[in-house]
Amino acid sequence: MPEPLLEIDGLTKRFGGVVASDDIVLAVPAGELHAIIGPNGAGKTTLIGQLTGEIAPDAGHVRFAGHDITALPAYQRTMLGLARSFQITSLFLDFTALDNVALAVQAHAGHSFRFWRDARRESELREPARAALARVGLGQRADVIVANLSHGEHRQLEIAMALATGPRMLLLDEPMAGMGPEESVRMVATLRELKQELTILLVEHDMEAVFALADRITVLVYGRVIASGAPDAIRANADVRQAYLGEQEAVTDG
Amino acid sequence: MTWHLSIRNLAAAALLAALALIPVYCHLTGNFFLLSLFTRIVILAMAAVSLNLIMGFGGMVSFGHAAYIGIGGYAVGILAHEGVTSGLVQWPLALAVSALFALVIGALSLRTRGVYFIMITLAFAQMIYYVGVGLSRYGGDDGLTIYRRSQFGGLVNLSNKTVFYYLCLGLLLATVYGIWRLVNSRFGMVIRGARSNERRMRAIGFPTFRYRLACFVISGTICGLAGVLLANHTDFVSPAMMHWTRSGDLIVMAVLGGMGSVLGPLFGAIAFLVFEEVLPILITLVGRPFLGRAAAHAGEYWQIVLGPMLLLVVLFARGGIDGMLASLRRA
Repeated sequence: MPEPLLEIDGLTKRFGGVVASDDIVLAVPAGELHAIIGPNGAGKTTLIGQLTGEIAPDAGHVRFAGHDITALPAYQRTMLGLARSFQITSLFLDFTALDNVALAVQAHAGHSFRFWRDARRESELREPARAALARVGLGQRADVIVANLSHGEHRQLEIAMALATGPRMLLLDEPMAGMGPEESVRMVATLRELKQELTILLVEHDMEAVFALADRITVLVYGRVIASGAPDAIRANADVRQAYLGEQEAVTDG
Repeated sequence: MTWHLSIRNLAAAALLAALALIPVYCHLTGNFFLLSLFTRIVILAMAAVSLNLIMGFGGMVSFGHAAYIGIGGYAVGILAHEGVTSGLVQWPLALAVSALFALVIGALSLRTRGVYFIMITLAFAQMIYYVGVGLSRYGGDDGLTIYRRSQFGGLVNLSNKTVFYYLCLGLLLATVYGIWRLVNSRFGMVIRGARSNERRMRAIGFPTFRYRLACFVISGTICGLAGVLLANHTDFVSPAMMHWTRSGDLIVMAVLGGMGSVLGPLFGAIAFLVFEEVLPILITLVGRPFLGRAAAHAGEYWQIVLGPMLLLVVLFARGGIDGMLASLRRA
């Protein structure tokens, strides 16, 4: 087995009395689409936060591409090739879609202490940004102010921005949250294409999408990994059915 | 950005033409008060434009920007008092000191956000204000008269009021153009992105602090230049030039004129300072039939009229004067 691209070892985070991450061990080899599922409050967002550098763990290590990144600030992790999308859409609402993605490109095009040339006319920034927009199917919407885009388009734009940083790995935090069925189908198609080239860690509530896309699935309950394996194994796992899937079905039935 | 022949651009062009022709008008009519007023307007417009770089584009509401006017002004005043009258020494030194203060103040205050940022910039400005009050060697509370304006070895004679006005106007236009380039450059995109969504900026890989700090220093340095010019204009520096109400005036100018554009604060500065001159006279004239002799005093309360105007701008015309001009095109 090749060295994993992302390796989480003994990651623990407490908030007061609540253990949000309980000795999490997880390895994602290059090329895998690894999904993390779990009921609400399972600590998925806390885990993502520790991977991106927004939350400091109490114990444990995170290694990415051979570097120990446990203590690295968020922007340096991005520089190593670990890009993320946000669960709650986090965009530059007063910029156009293209401006948003171009900023992401700019972040990886050297320092930005350049004071004179019009950044909106630099093909070095605009061309890769257009390409990333086209990949997520937003090519026609490049010049629309982001505040005027639909929710589904915001989610696609999130992915385009993560892509534009030229990442080796994507951390996608509920990319399908709040999407209509049609938009979800489009997003699944986009992700399926992306997984050809990129390693992806996907946190998602949409079970249909998770089982359609994931190579492996890790199930988190109360901050602890209760199962990890191929989709079929997870589907058959009794603990998982009890902790999560049953509840999910009950919710969808209701 | 394409250059439309909109009402707003026509207004801007007309304004610049009018500013360029002010000295001509003054020479024809002999009204040199107007030249002095507009020199002051141009200088404070530069300060307002510099404040708007961090406030309007960077989302950093500095409530202590007048401090840099004071620092720039005092640098000139103190050097002149000590016998150093060469502008080639005074000016670079004044700008360097302004930049240094902005660097220190920015490095500390940019770690805070929102109201705390406003308060900490105000606190620093107050500290500098009281240092000015305490400088007994340089006049303390009473201020310091500058007997010779900055000397440029016969190159430009700042004592010639027309020359000085054109120098100020030229520097203002250079500042406006420079800031316009800046806010549209890569650096500008980072600053504006950090205002819009700083968390996301960090997530896509920008160390935002150093860019915001650099922007803060650029803004403070330009404001310091305004202080250099103001000291030369009034031939006098005193702590009053960096009183906190002056910082408030600068914010009002930017809001009134429109924070969304580089040129907005220029409109705002002109409107504010013209109101300051004209409103007292208007109030006195209008009030005379009702108040009799008391009307002369009513003019002192011109801000009673300015206040509601500002309120209307904030409530109904967020883009300020500039925003109103821009929307006229569609009307």
